[in-house]
Amino acid sequence: MSEVSLVVNGRKVSGAVEDRTLLVHFLREHLGLTGTHVGCDTSQCGACVVHVDGKAMKSCTMLAAQASGSTVTTIEGLANGADLHPVQAAFKEHHGLQCGFCTPGMIMTATDMIRRHPEGLDEATVRAELEGNICRCTGYHNIVKAILAASKTMSKASKSKAKKAA
Amino acid sequence: MYSVNYHRATSVVDAVKKIKTGDAKYLSGGMTLIPAMKTRLAAPSDLVDLNHIADLKGIKVSGKTVTIGAATTHFDVANDEKLMKVCPALCALASHIGDPAVRHRGTIGGSVANNDPAADYPSALLALGATIVTNKRQLAADKFFKGLFETALKDDEIVTAVTFSAPAKAGYAKFPNPASRYAMTGVFVTKGKEGVRAAVTGAGDDGVFRSKEVEAALTKKFEASALEGVSVPSKNLMADLHASPEYRANLVVVMAKRAVMAANA
Ligand SMILES: Cc1cc2nc3c(=O)[nH]c(=O)nc-3n(C[C@H](O)[C@H](O)[C@H](O)COP(=O)(O)OP(=O)(O)OC[C@H]3O[C@@H](n4cnc5c(N)ncnc54)[C@H](O)[C@@H]3O)c2cc1C
Ligand code: FES
Ligand code: FES
Repeated sequence: MSEVSLVVNGRKVSGAVEDRTLLVHFLREHLGLTGTHVGCDTSQCGACVVHVDGKAMKSCTMLAAQASGSTVTTIEGLANGADLHPVQAAFKEHHGLQCGFCTPGMIMTATDMIRRHPEGLDEATVRAELEGNICRCTGYHNIVKAILAASKTMSKASKSKAKKAA
Repeated sequence: MYSVNYHRATSVVDAVKKIKTGDAKYLSGGMTLIPAMKTRLAAPSDLVDLNHIADLKGIKVSGKTVTIGAATTHFDVANDEKLMKVCPALCALASHIGDPAVRHRGTIGGSVANNDPAADYPSALLALGATIVTNKRQLAADKFFKGLFETALKDDEIVTAVTFSAPAKAGYAKFPNPASRYAMTGVFVTKGKEGVRAAVTGAGDDGVFRSKEVEAALTKKFEASALEGVSVPSKNLMADLHASPEYRANLVVVMAKRAVMAANA
């Protein structure tokens, strides 16, 4: 057993877990954060993507013990109260989901992608960056549209913030 | 996953001490080892996590000499500005390993220690004539990679870094397997002081190897046109449900052409 402690969605959490506990199981079963999904056994589908210390990672391919001491953001930590995060809003607006199973991972991958490309995104980049996220329903088209739209809204928002600050 | 005990190493010395517990294994990015443990293909009794050893992380470039710490992630190799100036081909290679989440955790040390016959880095290190540095010794890439998932590493030996002298020209091209993105065939070519080297991954049935035919043609002229009409024997190439040895033999030449074009660009 290991004593793990981490910050999840801004909240300090800790617990004693078996060393083999995957981060995704710690999130889902110990913390009840079931927004993060498990879609495969092979680390390929991306349904489990969360941010660990600010970077997108597959929570099914990491032990909770490895994550101890880290800061984790899950899909539950994105919205600001009742206000959806711009990426969530764009998925809704552009019908970027059907069954919704892949959506939490898609959105966590998308927010990470947008953060790493403050200069903006194009379709080819978005498709290449979605390499590790599989969707069985949408055919990706509307997911790509939603991410491109969110990237635009977010860069506008950060520019106007910068203007205000100046 | 079977039960396992997790240990966090604070230094290389500490890791070597901890690896002596039971049937322990080193854990770096975990992008190969953890999936293998989940499917019970690997079942170590203990894991010694190398991620918190500061000495194993980071990239140093001094003149043409490049040293990359074993626990440096694919993401950090892909985006390192100093490395980009002296060997952009290695940054490009790292930027096409798996997907963004895999690149945020997977490490160069884990990749070379694992020596997957379809992994990208082994071809680069062999073509760059790199040296693999461990806690015990320094090994030339030619001596380090031994076959399918086999290296010269002893059980408790840790890869601490890889180092090489950046060649005048280098390029990599891979034909990714459409499902896994691992190389169905990948070729890394270099032209430096010691001549031309071309290493092939994803194709050999004994792992990464240097192609004599490609090297001979490119030594005459380091241009894609030099590979026109060159053929590589399909004997000793891999056969699986994705491609026959003959198909891979052809891919070696096609990927070598693209790699040379990338190197000359
Ligand atoms: C979905 C997916 C796609 C992928 N696609 C690609 C791809 O396109 N190309 C590619 O090349 N790879 C690919 N990989 C593999 C990835 O690059 C791994 O990161 C890499 O092979 C192993 O590195 P790691 O740091 O994750 O090692 P780990 O999984 O932690 O370890 C791998 C092995 O090496 C040993 N080890 C680790 N570090 C050391 C060390 N410093 N000294 C001695 N032994 C050590 C471990 O004990 C273990 O046996 C993919 C992986 C996934 C999950
Ligand atoms: S559940 Fe993590 S990649 Fe599929
Ligand atoms: S919406 Fe159903 S898997 Fe993507």
